[in-house]
Amino acid sequence: MKLSTLLASAALAIGLAGGAYADDKTKVGFVYVGPVGDGGWTYEHDQGRLAVEAEFGDKVETVYVENVAEGPDSERVMTQMALDGADLIFTTSFGYMDPTINVAAKFPNVKFEHATGYKRADNVSTYSARFYEGRAIQGHIAGKMTKSNIVGYIGSFPIPEVIRGINSAFIHAKKVNPDVEFKIIWAYTWFDPAKEADAANVLIEQGADVVLQHTDSTAPQAAAQEAGNVITFGQASDMGQYAPMPRVSSIIDDWAPYYVARTKAVMDGTWASTDTWDGIGAGMVGIGEITDAVPADVKAEALALKASIADGSYHPFTGPLKKQDGSDFLAEGETADDGTLAGMNFYVEGITGDIPN
Amino acid sequence: MDLSAINPVLFVAGFLIAATPLIFAALGELVVEKSGVLNLGVEGMMIMGAICGFATAVETGSPLLGFAAAALGGALLSLLFAFLTQITLANQVASGLALTLFGLGFSALLGQSYVGIKPPRLAEVNFGPLHDIPVIGPILFSHDIILYLGFALVVAVWAMLKFTRAGLILRAVGESHDAAHALGYKVVRIRTLAIMFGGACAGLGGAYISLIRVPQWTEGMTAGVGWIALALVVFASWKPWRLLLGAYLFGGITQLQLNLQGAGVAIPVEYLAMSPYIITILVLVVLSADKSSAPASLGRTFHASS
Repeated sequence: MKLSTLLASAALAIGLAGGAYADDKTKVGFVYVGPVGDGGWTYEHDQGRLAVEAEFGDKVETVYVENVAEGPDSERVMTQMALDGADLIFTTSFGYMDPTINVAAKFPNVKFEHATGYKRADNVSTYSARFYEGRAIQGHIAGKMTKSNIVGYIGSFPIPEVIRGINSAFIHAKKVNPDVEFKIIWAYTWFDPAKEADAANVLIEQGADVVLQHTDSTAPQAAAQEAGNVITFGQASDMGQYAPMPRVSSIIDDWAPYYVARTKAVMDGTWASTDTWDGIGAGMVGIGEITDAVPADVKAEALALKASIADGSYHPFTGPLKKQDGSDFLAEGETADDGTLAGMNFYVEGITGDIPN
Repeated sequence: MDLSAINPVLFVAGFLIAATPLIFAALGELVVEKSGVLNLGVEGMMIMGAICGFATAVETGSPLLGFAAAALGGALLSLLFAFLTQITLANQVASGLALTLFGLGFSALLGQSYVGIKPPRLAEVNFGPLHDIPVIGPILFSHDIILYLGFALVVAVWAMLKFTRAGLILRAVGESHDAAHALGYKVVRIRTLAIMFGGACAGLGGAYISLIRVPQWTEGMTAGVGWIALALVVFASWKPWRLLLGAYLFGGITQLQLNLQGAGVAIPVEYLAMSPYIITILVLVVLSADKSSAPASLGRTFHASS
């Protein structure tokens, strides 16, 4: 009896000491779907984490877990982070949506931030970037530069985020090249270099001379380089090591300002559940340098398109547009609202093939 | 739908390449398991081979030296496993899992300065006029030497297990280490050699991904091939030819489903994506109806005193 009391009070003392220690540092956790060295999506999130460390120095402590499978296993990782005293946890993949909500319900005092999802709670914010704005520019360059009129697209999972990107790229490729055709392969993975390279090779063998990817590694770039005469775009990160060919431009995610601001909000006690969706204008989506492999006039058009999206004078989803089945989507001059974009589950007219369920 | 978009010659060439890493890794594990050891560290040894091979090929400019280094790297890592399980008699399952975790982490550390570099290319074997035969030439006679080595290794392992004294001893150790020990065979030494062979093979398989199939270095790039190799050994009932068939089936159907998706075939993509796993398992399960079973001493620790 005495022993157990002693143990209990010792445990309590340790717990209190631990709590006191945790209080003077803000602990920020990150859950990653791939390795930090993927050169793409996860790499950029980790750059954001490093920016938080650089900004606040020893006032913050950051922790991360990489290669966390989407689904139940991620719940275990988040729970562990929360138990270890994290004040703020960023979960950086779509598939962490339900696990984040579940874990957040158990830890009401811990703030959660889920990337690219749409479910929120009092202690769960969502944030994402308007990648489709960058896809519009890629689509424009792809439509102008393809000689075979076949553009390959490596999709990861059929979620609104990816479908939006396909639609945006297709609309703008079609606008400058009515004969363009998209071949879409779903890889059903965010990160599997061998499979991504295989998918790129198959697309190239089937005639594609432009390959767009919505997966995280640089493997499709390597495959395109090997094949020669194929152009690609950096995804999530600049992937500048494959410039000037095959990588002719890129979409760069810049999470650093957001991560710094949200960490600051937790420190100041001003954190509130929000939904952030920023694009080129706010700087969350960057367009990597367009290389000299792109003709000067096409480059100028692409930059003009970028400027018009950035200042808000042009929306990539502007009517008239029809859905794949021929029904009306947007009337002349109408632009898509955020609700429609966030839940987009259909192709626009002209794309062949079905979206997997 | 446009099936004419699929070029059958490129398709077959593609799936031979996709299957090769799997053949190496699974064949190595087959020999290890035949000796009665279960090494779950295939993934870790593959990724070590991938980085050792990549780094050496980039530094020396020779892909063949890269493959040699990959085999060496895989074998060295497997020595750690051999030490843990054969000398200190640690649990094989736990040691294997630890090996995978260690390999993934250590390779990421080694590979930090190799991200985004293009490795030297391994030339195709020159078959002279054979290469110019229509259809058969590009399918069979236009690959790199390592791909043929993978096939040759299957034949060699099959012949070794079936016809040679060494193969008989290896199987004896795997079936009953006590009996083999009583006959005077050095169980620990034989198993250590088998483990090193498995490590070298896994290393070659990993390097085939980083030097030929992708070709680049990315952290964690084997992305689960090692686990598929482990499953393949079981489904192939520890038989080299079935293992080869399974690897070709898996690689072939993976490649086929990507091709069908690209061609816009009207089969739902979900079914296409899971087909490689299901068909490979089904075929091998049907084949293994002859009740061939695992080596009897598989996974059991051995000590001469027991």
